[in-house]
Amino acid sequence: MQVPAQVEYEKAVSVEHALALLARYGPGARILAGGHSLIPMMKLRLLQPEVLIDINGITDLCYINLAGALLQIGTLTRHAQLLDSALARAHFAILHDAERVIADPIVRNWGTVGGSLCQADPSEDLSAAFAAMKGTMVIHGPDGSREVSAREFHTGPYETVVGPSELLTEIRLPIRPGGGSGYQKVSRRAGDWPIGAAGAAVWLDGDTITDAGIGLTAVGATHFAAAEAEEYLRGRDAGDDTLRRAGEIAAEHCRPVSDQRGPADYKRHLARELTTRVLRLAVSRARGALS
Amino acid sequence: MRVTVTVNGTGYTREVEPRLLLIHFLRDELGLTGSHWGCDTSNCGACVVWLDETPVKSCTVLAPMADGRHVRTVEGLSRGAVLDPVQQGFAACHGLQCGFCTPGMMLTARWLLDRNPDPSEAEVREAISGQICRCTGYENIVRSVLWAARHESAGGYEAPDRGDGADARP
Amino acid sequence: MHDRDTGGNGAYGSIPRKEDARFVRGQGTFVDDITLPGMLHGAILRSPVAHARILSVDASAALAHPRVEAVLTGADLAERGLAWMPTLSADVQAVLATDKVRFQGQEIAFVVAQDRYAARDALELIAVDYEMLPPVIDARKALDPDAPVVRDDLVRDDVVRDDVPARARNHIFDWSAGDKAAADAVFAAAAVTVSCDMVYPRSHPAPLETCGIVADHNAVTGQLTLWSTSQAPHAHRTLYAMVTGLPEHKIRIVSPDLGGGFGNKVPLYPGYLCAVAASMVTGRPVKWVEDRSENLMSTTFARDYHMHGEIAATADGRILALRARVLADHGAFNATAQPAKFPAGFFHIFTGSYDLEAAFCEVTGVYTNKAPGGVSYSCSFRITEAVYLVERLTDMLARELGIDPAELRMRNLLRPEQFPYTCPTGWQYDSGDYPRALKLALDIAGYDDLRREQAERRARGEYMGIGISFFTEGVGAGPRSHMDILGLGMADGADLRVHPTGKAVLAISVQTQGQGHETTFAQIVAHELGLTPDDVEVVHGDTDRTPFGLGTYGSRSTPVSGAAAVMAARKVRDRARLVAAAMLELSADDLEWLDGKWRVRGDPDQAAGIAEIAMAAHSSLELPEGVEGHLDASAVYNPPNLTFPFGAYICVTDVDPATGEVKVRRFIAVDDCGVRINPMIVEGQVHRGLADGIGMALMQAIAFDEAGNCLGGSFMDYLLPTAMECPSPELGTTVTPSPHHPIGAKGVGESATVGSPAAVVNSVVDALAPLGVVHADMPLTPANVWLAIQGRPVRADLAVS
Repeated sequence: MQVPAQVEYEKAVSVEHALALLARYGPGARILAGGHSLIPMMKLRLLQPEVLIDINGITDLCYINLAGALLQIGTLTRHAQLLDSALARAHFAILHDAERVIADPIVRNWGTVGGSLCQADPSEDLSAAFAAMKGTMVIHGPDGSREVSAREFHTGPYETVVGPSELLTEIRLPIRPGGGSGYQKVSRRAGDWPIGAAGAAVWLDGDTITDAGIGLTAVGATHFAAAEAEEYLRGRDAGDDTLRRAGEIAAEHCRPVSDQRGPADYKRHLARELTTRVLRLAVSRARGALS
Repeated sequence: MRVTVTVNGTGYTREVEPRLLLIHFLRDELGLTGSHWGCDTSNCGACVVWLDETPVKSCTVLAPMADGRHVRTVEGLSRGAVLDPVQQGFAACHGLQCGFCTPGMMLTARWLLDRNPDPSEAEVREAISGQICRCTGYENIVRSVLWAARHESAGGYEAPDRGDGADARP
Repeated sequence: MHDRDTGGNGAYGSIPRKEDARFVRGQGTFVDDITLPGMLHGAILRSPVAHARILSVDASAALAHPRVEAVLTGADLAERGLAWMPTLSADVQAVLATDKVRFQGQEIAFVVAQDRYAARDALELIAVDYEMLPPVIDARKALDPDAPVVRDDLVRDDVVRDDVPARARNHIFDWSAGDKAAADAVFAAAAVTVSCDMVYPRSHPAPLETCGIVADHNAVTGQLTLWSTSQAPHAHRTLYAMVTGLPEHKIRIVSPDLGGGFGNKVPLYPGYLCAVAASMVTGRPVKWVEDRSENLMSTTFARDYHMHGEIAATADGRILALRARVLADHGAFNATAQPAKFPAGFFHIFTGSYDLEAAFCEVTGVYTNKAPGGVSYSCSFRITEAVYLVERLTDMLARELGIDPAELRMRNLLRPEQFPYTCPTGWQYDSGDYPRALKLALDIAGYDDLRREQAERRARGEYMGIGISFFTEGVGAGPRSHMDILGLGMADGADLRVHPTGKAVLAISVQTQGQGHETTFAQIVAHELGLTPDDVEVVHGDTDRTPFGLGTYGSRSTPVSGAAAVMAARKVRDRARLVAAAMLELSADDLEWLDGKWRVRGDPDQAAGIAEIAMAAHSSLELPEGVEGHLDASAVYNPPNLTFPFGAYICVTDVDPATGEVKVRRFIAVDDCGVRINPMIVEGQVHRGLADGIGMALMQAIAFDEAGNCLGGSFMDYLLPTAMECPSPELGTTVTPSPHHPIGAKGVGESATVGSPAAVVNSVVDALAPLGVVHADMPLTPANVWLAIQGRPVRADLAVS
């Protein structure tokens, strides 16, 4: 088995301590949470940090809370905890759907929500889910904390706005009543990265879509979102023709890349098909929520 | 750096490089070779052990991350000579052939049954979906776990220790 | 000559395995579990490029690493005559590259360090200067006039001569079987012919334990001891003697517990020889265990057959003839492991399970800049490829004729009275009742109900498929007169010794990698001698303690080594008779073997069992003239023929045409492997092979891009099926004993891997029939299914673009 290069190691006992260590060691330091994105890269020597700052002891960062009209998820929350959270599922079926198909049950036990988001893989399911829900990322740094929209969090493949001396601490999702959400993914095998995946949330007033959120991953959607398709949906009926047209628009605005998972035209097709399907799911759940 | 890890109830303190993977700590530092490794990319699950009561892929955990924590390996499944029902199930239902994936499978099965004493076949399959077996096609692994679920309260069963394998050691 | 057990099943049956006791406790001993005092660790530097000249290798920085003990390069090995080694196919393979690298992942240098982490670090300190060369990646272009030459080392005078036809430069062999003229005549006159190009993509056996070795050379005693992942320890020992020049009686190979083999652990690999050389150089034991990426990128792959197949039939559905033309991609070195006279293995059993008038196949092997191999992964020496071809063609013929695929097969299957049957390419199938097996499979599946359901679903726009595969396997290689590997005849030995207290030790030459030999071979001996399996200890894997044999692969353990065990047991039983006669003061003719003992004819309560006889044989009992004391025997079994297991498989799939996703709903498998020693173990083998079929049909393939980068070098890219993709199999059995095997057993380890891929592919193509899909190549990933529906299938051996 391949093994990492030499690295130094520090254990952070609090957020402040982690930030101090980041400041001390500079850009050669990496935050180590579950390690299930970072350590595989280190083993293949695609990444060779100088120092690892282990934050697994900062149990304060592990929570799923309701705070008014917000669901707050601490970034050290393990995928398995988010999957098992009845609270999260009650308000955001999309999160439960997505976690169900992220990696595998054993990886989910230790990999963290924050770790996956910060790894920023262009095929990351949670990136699409949080984009669909228009989440907010809370980032702590030496000068305090700042908030960044989930749709501005990623700056490119494997790149986020989190600076070398900053730490992503929380994701906030606004809870709005009357919505329904869902997530659907196509992959070559259980546990594999998506070939394409879509998450959506819709809010209905009768048969009219008052608002929608659509997230896409692995298909080169800008900021993991389908903003144009969302715009199209607002104010329209929730009929199947509308949903299919939204899928087409979402697909038009993707820039998928051909790789061994599939050629670009197939991925674009998947973007359309999955957007349509997940919108149908979200609509039916929204209708269920209202009835 | 110094790490102290409790493995199967015994504390071990060792001086290790921070980059040492937990699987290598267990196998090479502690000589607990019952846990195996089979890939480079955290896919195969041959390395599954418990870390603080939760199955993890120990090839993707650094030894320092286990500092101060508890690890359970296959060597800690049985209680002395008394096999865990999961181990009995795998032997009774031909849930293993080469035995390489077996420790990880059994530890996941034990964890599943602790949380879900009466799982469906689909739940068993999903629980082991992150672990590869090349020999059994999974059917008998599933049957082994379901057997264990049905025989949990059957009490201790002392399998005769045939001492097989001693000959192969140099 | 075979002897049926008298009195019930004896020791046969689904008893739990003896070997499980150590494995469920995590007490198996695999190669990486072994630690010797002073042991060092090796790591291999591998080429990042597919085809390049090596201008220089500078290991000085690596040697300066404080924890590095030695570095071997191709030049170092060349000094010792070890830079090249023979392959199992009469070619040579580089141990460490000297002049060129010829595939991505090829071995360049071997670092020996105090621990595995330092060894890995030191790899980065070796500087190699490459001069890039254009690679041959597309096998279909390997014989082009302007194709780069992969094996310039084979061209005489170290010069690539312009007058050597380009076709010859990457060309390995041409081989054919059958009667071309007869086949052509049948095709010319046939009312219906169907042809198809199909690829069986490169895949890899990927046993969960990778390959490895601990090499311990003692310069004082001259002894070389190797703990190694070897499916064929004795053959390896002979090879090491040939390659290193060390005397064979000073070489001991111990193959301990193996974490799966599937053919991956048959060849000798460069890493093994490097470890041996390193142990000789450092004077210490050296361990080398490969990474998964090394395993996938450099050890023996499987398949990679580009096939053109044709089937000829009458208008009313009688299959007349088959033709096939195959391009075989062997990679950079011809290292396939099959009997020497069969460069395309047993592919010519592509005649399948039908009564044909004629058949002809031709296979051309070529070099490419890829890893060497081809015969591996439970292929039964290319029978996977052959069965896939004939069963796909049969389904396509059924579609063309508008005949149900089950019906078409039933009409054409060989009938029991036709056995032993000699097929048009010369195989003599030993026994079989094919229609019975197919009928049983159809019954278990509820075939008619499935077709009804399919029709209903189609009316609703849902796509469900039913795929059948009927296969004939040929296993148990093989008769030494025409089957050898590197000149070693494929006969296997067995040594049986019964101790004074009636416990037996059976030493065999085959090497289990999970097939349960410690149990099944104990059952064989117990059955013959009236003992219990617990009374019989099976010893295997240690060349110092076991007789010579060619090892375990090609499902040969039961047919060959099992037969040897039976013969040895019967020799023991026959000697026991003479001793018993002496004990009872009777003549041997007065005794008969009944219910596990030698009993006096007409007075069965007067008897002697093996245990008492063993004690007597070791005692001071006066034995007759010519009868030696003790109770042991050896046998070497030279099989008179292969054995021919067979089966009928049915796969039900549901396909989502909008996404291309395939779900395998049901897998029905009826297998006939003759007499079954342990049905539980047989079924376990079938379960595994069905999973293999799902994996290969839907997700497993190793592709290369134009530069020769291997795109399947990790388990993230080379996908293996999980418990989610494999439904609970529904098994059935028929038993048609082999007439020539001493207990009528046939072998089964690879049957399901051989028979299943066609069933899955036939099922998916059947599902997509309303959409006009006639054929689609494996792997049927969602993308590939969708593209097939669009009428734009892609080649699985090349990178997606």
